[in-house]
Amino acid sequence: MCTLEKRGNVYILTLTGNDEHRLNPTLLDSIRSALRRLRSEPTSPSSVLITTAHGKFFSNGYDLSWARSTTSQSITSSRYMMMSSKMRGLASDLISLPMPTIAAITGHASAAGMAFALCHDYVIMRRDRGFLYMSELDIGLVVPAWFVALLECKIGNPKARRDVVLTAAKLTAEMAVEKGIVDKVGGSAEETVEAAVRLGEEMFKRKWDGQVYAKNRMVVMGKVLDELGFDGTVEEENGKGIGSKL
Amino acid sequence: MCTLEKTDDNIFVLTLTGDDEHRLNPTLIGSILSALRDAKEQATSGSVLITTSRGKFFSNGFDLAWAQAAGSKPKAVERLHHMVELLKPVVAELISLPMPTIAAINGHAAAGGLILALSHDYVYMKRDRGVLYMSEVDIGLTIPDYFNVLLRAKIGSPSARRDVLLRGAKVRGDEAVSMGIVEGAHDNEERLREATMSHGKQLASRKWDGEVYKEIRKGLYPELCVVLGLGEAEVIAKL
Repeated sequence: MCTLEKRGNVYILTLTGNDEHRLNPTLLDSIRSALRRLRSEPTSPSSVLITTAHGKFFSNGYDLSWARSTTSQSITSSRYMMMSSKMRGLASDLISLPMPTIAAITGHASAAGMAFALCHDYVIMRRDRGFLYMSELDIGLVVPAWFVALLECKIGNPKARRDVVLTAAKLTAEMAVEKGIVDKVGGSAEETVEAAVRLGEEMFKRKWDGQVYAKNRMVVMGKVLDELGFDGTVEEENGKGIGSKL
Repeated sequence: MCTLEKTDDNIFVLTLTGDDEHRLNPTLIGSILSALRDAKEQATSGSVLITTSRGKFFSNGFDLAWAQAAGSKPKAVERLHHMVELLKPVVAELISLPMPTIAAINGHAAAGGLILALSHDYVYMKRDRGVLYMSEVDIGLTIPDYFNVLLRAKIGSPSARRDVLLRGAKVRGDEAVSMGIVEGAHDNEERLREATMSHGKQLASRKWDGEVYKEIRKGLYPELCVVLGLGEAEVIAKL
């Protein structure tokens, strides 16, 4: 599932196993639990969190096949609602985390997996493998409003946002740096994590107050926080699931 | 006025015909709206719209001469407001068109004409002729609210937006590319047509579901949807 270890002055959260790290309730709970443990650490000087993953995938998004592995439409629909709700909770946890965050992407990050990466303050991506991919258009799904708010926060160029969302572009590290989505490109998987650790150690030296850092980040990402309360792609205004359309 | 044709590759081509300035008066606006609705009705998976024009102009904006022909200043202002209101559903129709859209600007695009172009997902222009120009500051008009929202949604750079709106910049092809306003500038009309058609075919080959594409596009421009009265993006999922 996921592990949390300390290396020097920084923490490394790793999604373990060689699978697609699909964001199902189990993995989401596991990640959120690790983040809760982090909050009990001293916040000044704040440490730094690095999130990474083993294998070919950072995360391939929601566990759609788990959601659909039932004959009941209403169970499918409530599974989507559950994953969306937990994912939004995770986004909120990351945005309010009292320390800088770095995603060290060493494999594919698609749809909710890409959103998960973009919830971090910095994204360092492996040069030779893996892409960022907002896959929804290709699989016939609508991108949730909070994903768009996150993209608006993290990708300044409207054309880049359009390419990500309206062409379901598969972005390699080089393309992602060019579009301003990714901060740095690392070599191999190990080198990418090393680069993240170096960046983390540099930030640790600044001796920031984690609570103040978090409050500032929440202001910067205020528009994303505003959209986290409701996901129109999995539920209707009255709280019912979108069973019939799926 | 305007024509709508369909090529063999399922690409709709909307052409503003005639050698004039393609001023956006009620007649032309109505004609464009009608063509867009026809395209919408015939849309299938893999459809694409390309909008272009004949002559030296893509469109030089609202028909101010028609407004002034009303006789008095208040009546002229009324006619102008009328045209501003009439163009809004055209922009709304383009933002909610169930297929990718490309504008091939083969001449000048000013004010409402530039807005019409920027309502498309992708914009190409010529390198040798034609400028993009928000003329309002020069002729003494203020900018309608939905124009502003569209410009903010499509032009990312604050300095580019300032140059376009507050400096009345007349932006030529290469500059428009570097300002992030258009995808590309091509040497002449033929190259423009080839490039646009080629991009259109590439988009068509993805065979996206038009309804999903439309809802994702609406989700990408939420502020614009609000000002156009388009409501929330709907949920569709083909799972």
